[in-house]
Amino acid sequence: MPIRTAYTAKIDHLQILDEQGRLDPALSAPGTPGILSDEQVLHLYKLMIECRQLDEIAFKLQRSGRMHTYPQNKGQEACALGAGAAMRKGIDWIVPCYRENAAMFMHGVPMTHVLLHWAGDERGNQYPPGVRVTPIAVPIGTQMLHATGIAWAAKIQHKDEVAITFFGDGATSEGDFHEAMNFATVMNVPAIFFCQNNQWAISVPRESQMASETIAQKGLAYGAQVMQVDGNDLFAVHKAVFDARERARAGGGVTLIEAITYRLGDHTTADDARRYRSNDEVESWRAKDPMIRVRLYLERKGRWSETQQAQEEQRAEAAVKATVETVLAWPAARREEIFESMYKDMPKLLAEQMESWSTHSLGMDRAQQGLSPGRKLGAATH
Amino acid sequence: MPQMTLVQAITTALDQEMTKDPRVVLLGEDVGVNGGVFRVTDGLQKKHGKHRVVDTPLSESGIMGSSIGLALAGMRPIPEIQFEGFLGPAYDQLVNHAARFRNRTRGAFTVPLTIRVPWGGGIHAPEFHSDSPEAIYAHNPGLKVICPATPYDAKGLLIAAIRDPDPVIFFEPKRVYRSFREEVPEEEYTIEIGKGKLIAEGTDLTIVTWGACVFQCLGAMDQLPEDVSVELIDLRTIHPLDIDMIEESVKKTGKCVIVCEAPRTASMASEISCLVQERCFLHLKAPVQRVTGFDTIMPYAKLELEYLPDAKRVAEAVMQTLAY
Repeated sequence: MPIRTAYTAKIDHLQILDEQGRLDPALSAPGTPGILSDEQVLHLYKLMIECRQLDEIAFKLQRSGRMHTYPQNKGQEACALGAGAAMRKGIDWIVPCYRENAAMFMHGVPMTHVLLHWAGDERGNQYPPGVRVTPIAVPIGTQMLHATGIAWAAKIQHKDEVAITFFGDGATSEGDFHEAMNFATVMNVPAIFFCQNNQWAISVPRESQMASETIAQKGLAYGAQVMQVDGNDLFAVHKAVFDARERARAGGGVTLIEAITYRLGDHTTADDARRYRSNDEVESWRAKDPMIRVRLYLERKGRWSETQQAQEEQRAEAAVKATVETVLAWPAARREEIFESMYKDMPKLLAEQMESWSTHSLGMDRAQQGLSPGRKLGAATH
Repeated sequence: MPQMTLVQAITTALDQEMTKDPRVVLLGEDVGVNGGVFRVTDGLQKKHGKHRVVDTPLSESGIMGSSIGLALAGMRPIPEIQFEGFLGPAYDQLVNHAARFRNRTRGAFTVPLTIRVPWGGGIHAPEFHSDSPEAIYAHNPGLKVICPATPYDAKGLLIAAIRDPDPVIFFEPKRVYRSFREEVPEEEYTIEIGKGKLIAEGTDLTIVTWGACVFQCLGAMDQLPEDVSVELIDLRTIHPLDIDMIEESVKKTGKCVIVCEAPRTASMASEISCLVQERCFLHLKAPVQRVTGFDTIMPYAKLELEYLPDAKRVAEAVMQTLAY
């Protein structure tokens, strides 16, 4: 039996906007579907500035004790922006991880809610009705299966909807990545798997996370369409997701997009990236900052100036600060909330727990915990 | 009224709900063409189509996680996990996601799904096919846990589960699947989730049980002296728990034996025992007894009947408690 080739593969890497802010003329020729217009770029760039401001302000809030853990998006904004802009608001579904602020905002999640979430308030996940964004997913990788199911529901119900899910390079080591990719391709559902390969899973570099050369190639194993893009290139991200969305709508199934990007900040405010990566490495990526090249592009086109930059930064800072004030003044959460939303109808024994909590001490009041030493046990009032 | 086995009662319930509600879909390993390894879904794919009765990849987390997505997007999925021993890979999705969505979004997102799981020992199955892990899912907030014992209850509770707005885990006692038939109405009906059933009224002692153990308890009652009057409660649902029925009965009898197949430590028998002493302390005339499996790995087929509570062990516990 002669040896024959059973399978061959190649992975394409797409870059449309280079680091000097120049568009590839062939890839961006007039009439090419999925190429952003200057108006769209202007809009997205302003949102990018706002997201960057949010990162800075949230970081300071955390450092001053008014915010709990917060993960900065800094350096990866082109991913969430380009992908978010390629999906249809109120029709398609966004199934995020936790570094896609821009996509969440574009699809209707109020900035207040993202801040509330990271300030430790579940009401931050209570999005307004009609918002097709699932809540921030912290556990790594689990949300990919939810996107698979959401896309599957669209297919079963013959609805023109596509789901996109976001995850990092580390998440591709989780079993749920494989189960979700396999499920999605077997069922041929309209789903897009968008990997923000930011090179680091907290302190573990991509090379220690996997032996494969690319993440995109993992999609080939499941029969998905795959593409690697420059994740700091707003145009390339948008184009790749736009094409994947159109393919999914036409019944072409699943696409895995690997976006090469870099987390310029720490993993979260609880992390110190200086412990595991060199300043030289960070600086080399700083030069590839997605904001720089979008700005260069707009300036090259005569659509942006130093003055506009200053004005926009000022506007964004004021807007974010106003949002922060709203969040800090948010009505306090009622503690009954934790019981009330367990089930549609509260079981009797749970109702008793809620009742006893408010009528007598069950070890939950401050006096009993010794936090109010002046009071006698049992004398605490609620 | 037709006579049905537990399997037939479940098949009928699934069929009727699928006919009534286009949002209902079945998914799992071998549930389609093969009709499930226990034939519970036999004929349903042929009747309702491949897009509604779906043979999935062999992927428990995938089944559970994609069911969550289906539910988030407005469907009413009924995933099957082929045996309770394979719940492990689905545990994260079930407990950390299905059970939490309502609470963590303060009601903005809900996950109405019913996960069906063949459950328990006594059919000489291979390892990982005979466990009783129900307490784990009662312990984790956000799920409802149903453990029916009879065809009639299985049908009514399954329909109630499918229509319930929260995630429900529906444990099907394999040992009862085809062990007997009883009258089950052809038409659809529901039984309220969280309500027990008084199988026998009595005055001397209360037995609390659920699932296949109901029949071991009935066997035990046949062995008891004629002058012993036992009240038998089949809980049917272990979460939410019908504490009122237990409390009322134990306050009357003053004695309580709890019977289940699961390992003893941190079992539902333990939880019920604690609730009984909290609520019936001044009425108790004897320590509450637990007749359970042991804190061992479920033995393979040759020794499984040594492990499972049988009529003799139950009868002995009853007599010891009565003699206290």
